[in-house]
Amino acid sequence: MHVDAIECIKLTRTFKSKKKIVRALDNVNLRVSRGELFGLLGPNGAGKTTLIKILTTLLLPTSGRAYVYGYDVEKDFKKIRPIINMVSGGETSGYGLLTVFENLWMFSQFYGMPNKVATETINKLLARLHIEHLSSRKVRALSTGERQKLNIIRGFMTAPKIVFLDEPTLGLDVETARLIRKFVREWLREDKERTVLLTTHYMMEADELCDRIAIIDQGKIIALGTPDELKKMVKTDVSLEMEIFPAIKLDWIKSIEGIAGFTASESNGKTNLKLVTVDDSVGGEVVSNIYKHGGKILALHKREPTLEDVFLKLTGRGLE
Amino acid sequence: MNTILLNLRAIRGRAYPRVIGLMREPSWIFWETVLPVLSIAAFIYVYRSLNAPAMYEGFVVLGGVMTTYWLNVLWSMAAQLYWEKETANLQLYLAAPMSKMSILAGMAIGAIVSTTLRACTILIIGIFIFHVNFVVTSPLLLILVFISTLVALYGMGMLFASLFLMWGREAWYLNNLLQEPVYFLSGQYFPVKALGAVIASAASIIPLTLGLDAMRQILFPESASWGFLSPWIELLILVLLGVFFIICAKYALDKVEYLGKVKGTLTMRWQ
Repeated sequence: MHVDAIECIKLTRTFKSKKKIVRALDNVNLRVSRGELFGLLGPNGAGKTTLIKILTTLLLPTSGRAYVYGYDVEKDFKKIRPIINMVSGGETSGYGLLTVFENLWMFSQFYGMPNKVATETINKLLARLHIEHLSSRKVRALSTGERQKLNIIRGFMTAPKIVFLDEPTLGLDVETARLIRKFVREWLREDKERTVLLTTHYMMEADELCDRIAIIDQGKIIALGTPDELKKMVKTDVSLEMEIFPAIKLDWIKSIEGIAGFTASESNGKTNLKLVTVDDSVGGEVVSNIYKHGGKILALHKREPTLEDVFLKLTGRGLE
Repeated sequence: MNTILLNLRAIRGRAYPRVIGLMREPSWIFWETVLPVLSIAAFIYVYRSLNAPAMYEGFVVLGGVMTTYWLNVLWSMAAQLYWEKETANLQLYLAAPMSKMSILAGMAIGAIVSTTLRACTILIIGIFIFHVNFVVTSPLLLILVFISTLVALYGMGMLFASLFLMWGREAWYLNNLLQEPVYFLSGQYFPVKALGAVIASAASIIPLTLGLDAMRQILFPESASWGFLSPWIELLILVLLGVFFIICAKYALDKVEYLGKVKGTLTMRWQ
């Protein structure tokens, strides 16, 4: 019988705070096939990490069910743990006084790896992530990027069937992030049974890496498909990016008909506006209103639709 | 994968940082040996000024040696899982396939090894400076009492580790609160019998109390009249305490893990 790598059925998780109940996941239905690199794209607080915690057996669902390789996360957690691993962005696990190798060896022991296998695997992965020269350096002396490479090795060295990557490139420099993405892709290609579930709020990362993406917002999956399928949702729309000087308030923009969504940020006295409109004429109306409110347009670009535009269109808000 | 082998490897893995830590941070030699010796010296000079029997000085040195283990249990066992949660290690331990008791056992074994080195240093310094003479009347009994004391003491540490994880930051206050009263109740620097039968019996829940009492009787035969119970009975109680604390630790850890999964309190909020 074929079993999906991950299956969630009406998965709901709530948290009680002092005054209110927060619904972190709301009736999530999801299937991830074996061999897939599946992305969860959404802003901070969307429920991505909560979903990962449930699937990695660290949190129980409030209602609904979740299965990893056919095992129930609630009842069969002991069968799930040997076949999974996880890595979070900005993770500071391990012990600073141990060396890189020692830290990795220690974690390998928690998965029962024999010494010889552990040593070979660690050395191989250190080389693949270009940090073999750091093997005997103490972890507390590592840079953020080096530390995250160590975390990635920790997550992949135990030969898991599924790896959960929670914002794995958060705060990393471009070069390190690229190397990690390349490593993840290659690791998947080596065995068709391997699966990765990745959460990110970097649309470019999701677009570049993932076979399929679920866009999640306020605990709900609001769109699901391949990156191309998702972008087709905004194919007929117009994606515009404007640089406005001086920075002006844009409250009035909501009242313009035909705006599917927009985000605005201020920097160096300028406003950077991204918007998705249903047709070209709407853009003209926005431009004339900008001038009316005392702003000048320094730059205007019409862009190819991105996953952020999909999110903008679906939620009316940006991903950041 | 063989479960026993998996857990033995996990114990070895978790014990490793504790043992290797000794070599990596030599500053412990000052903080964890010289300072306790100063405290021992204070008591010894008080006894000397009172013309107390020489064996009292031996009581103090032995108490000082065992204090090292108590401090280690408080700060490196009881508070450890809470600390592991703060550094995000805990969620990795929980998501790994080994028994979580292996983590506690690894912590305890690593701590015993590293603390024994400290304790031996204090013992040697104590013997050398204060000329304390120990007469081992029954080496086998001494070894059995010493091992049972450590098993029971670290079993209690394993139990505290789970409970302190549940109590969070308040655990730090609890640690401070427990430190001094236990010195007193366990008779670190005087025979516990001096506290009276009722208090001494109540204090026997702390493994150090009976362990110290039994070891004093074995090492200083002339102090037998100050013994609270026979060393063999104390050994039996210590074994029972060890079993009791370890079973309780397993139950508490399972309970804390379950509650953490329900409430979402086992992982860092930012992750």
